[in-house]
Amino acid sequence: MMAPRPVYPPGRLSLHAWRRRTNALALTLSVAAMGFGLFWLGWILWETLRLGLAGMALSLFTQVTPAPNDAGGLANAIVGSLSMVALATAVGTPIGMLAGIYLVEYRPRGALAAATRFVNDILLSAPSIVIGLFIFEAVVAPMGGFSGWAGAAALALIVIPVVLRTTENTLKLVPAELREAAYALGAPKWRVILAITLRAARAGVVTGVLLAVARIAGETAPLLFTALNNQFWASDLAHPTASLPVVIFQFAMSPYENWQHLAWAGVLLITLAVLGLNILARALARGR
Amino acid sequence: MPHSSAPPSAIEVRSTPKISVRQLNFHYGKFHALKNIDLDIPTHQVTAFIGPSGCGKSTLLRVFNRMFELYPDQRAQGQVLLDGEDLLARTHDVALLRAKIGMVFQKPTPFPMSIYDNIAFGVRLFERLSLADMDERVEWALRKAALWDEVKDKLEQSGASLSGGQQQRLCIARGIAVQPEVLLLDEPCSALDPISTARIEELMAELKSEYTVVIVTHNMQQAARCSDYTAYMYLGELIEFGATERMFFKPRRKETEDYITGRFG
Repeated sequence: MMAPRPVYPPGRLSLHAWRRRTNALALTLSVAAMGFGLFWLGWILWETLRLGLAGMALSLFTQVTPAPNDAGGLANAIVGSLSMVALATAVGTPIGMLAGIYLVEYRPRGALAAATRFVNDILLSAPSIVIGLFIFEAVVAPMGGFSGWAGAAALALIVIPVVLRTTENTLKLVPAELREAAYALGAPKWRVILAITLRAARAGVVTGVLLAVARIAGETAPLLFTALNNQFWASDLAHPTASLPVVIFQFAMSPYENWQHLAWAGVLLITLAVLGLNILARALARGR
Repeated sequence: MPHSSAPPSAIEVRSTPKISVRQLNFHYGKFHALKNIDLDIPTHQVTAFIGPSGCGKSTLLRVFNRMFELYPDQRAQGQVLLDGEDLLARTHDVALLRAKIGMVFQKPTPFPMSIYDNIAFGVRLFERLSLADMDERVEWALRKAALWDEVKDKLEQSGASLSGGQQQRLCIARGIAVQPEVLLLDEPCSALDPISTARIEELMAELKSEYTVVIVTHNMQQAARCSDYTAYMYLGELIEFGATERMFFKPRRKETEDYITGRFG
């Protein structure tokens, strides 16, 4: 015996068919959009790998940037980038975190909080070359010369708004019940913030710091007017200091083949570092 | 020493009051949430607050440990006497008060740390214990909350790794560990399955020999099962208060009877 055909109210089947067609169309469009994005990303990564791997050698990490048509590496730029990024992160992270804590735990409403958020939004979206010019006026000119300190200051100004924003956003996600539970035991406010709230938001805050590091690792514009560049080792950050992005900028624009190879090697180094930081940030955010 | 007369319901209450509420009014901004509450919470008994949502029972509970003070637009006026002393007085230190009056919330709130540290956190706020003494205190609290056997081999694991019912018992253990005198429970079972609920109800019966327990509940069977006294509240007013058995079998007020028999609204 054949099962009876199900009977539907009039119009339901045609409506259903229309819905399925719309769904298929939307799905096709979004897959196409994803493919479009991945295509360019893949191409960029491929070119970076193809041209960068050729320049990969131990000398990259042991020798300083060479004269045109001479052998050399990127050691001074790598160390310069690492020290300026480290210093900027060390200075910018606590300021951004403290301001974020203030905005969530101490004064979420009011004029000062509103002003802080507004200024932070501007800082967050300010073109980085503006920050470079500002540090030029505020630090380089009074100090009488370009220096690694000035470069680190410019990068720190980029770190602060990123860390502030992520700290504020992740602290806001901590449920009020968790804070209340800690207060209910008689814990003082600073202890609740340090031991409970910040700890609950730990993964998010660390993610924000990593993203800020990834962002400043590739910044060129704020360093052009501050740390400038240095063909040789800078004995300390009081002198003009080389950095990977600025060296890439200089070498890639040059007509010399060995400089262009080094520029590609530098691009690959930065890309891998930023990729690694992003993967780490994602892994931390997921493990929350 | 503030002098005030006991409310009429006190006739039924034989044991001395641990907490006495006198002419308490509470505002959320402009909203008048508690109206002239007078109530005596007896020592070493379980007192249940029942009533429909929004009647003010949780609000009243949160006055006892001044939790409302975290929010600037919430105000309490009147007196709440803990062993005869007004706990709402400015001079009363809020941290010491909260160490005396523990609280367990509706949703389990394990801290983002190990099971051991969840218990030790509160203890470390007020006592300096040696490692051995702290171990002993943690075990004592977990045993009291009937959780020890389930977690004794994984004390270093995160509190969040426990099941919902275990997390709630962890929160109770955390509250007991600081050795308070009063335990406030704000709908502690509403997120739990019946088996976990039964365990926590058994726990309440054991705890009352040492603590004064106040529980807010939506579940009237729960109030009937595990409380000695019941307060019925409606729209910010205390409608009736008395021994639980009497409240459920012979309510004096029509409103109480309607609510208890489900003919409400």
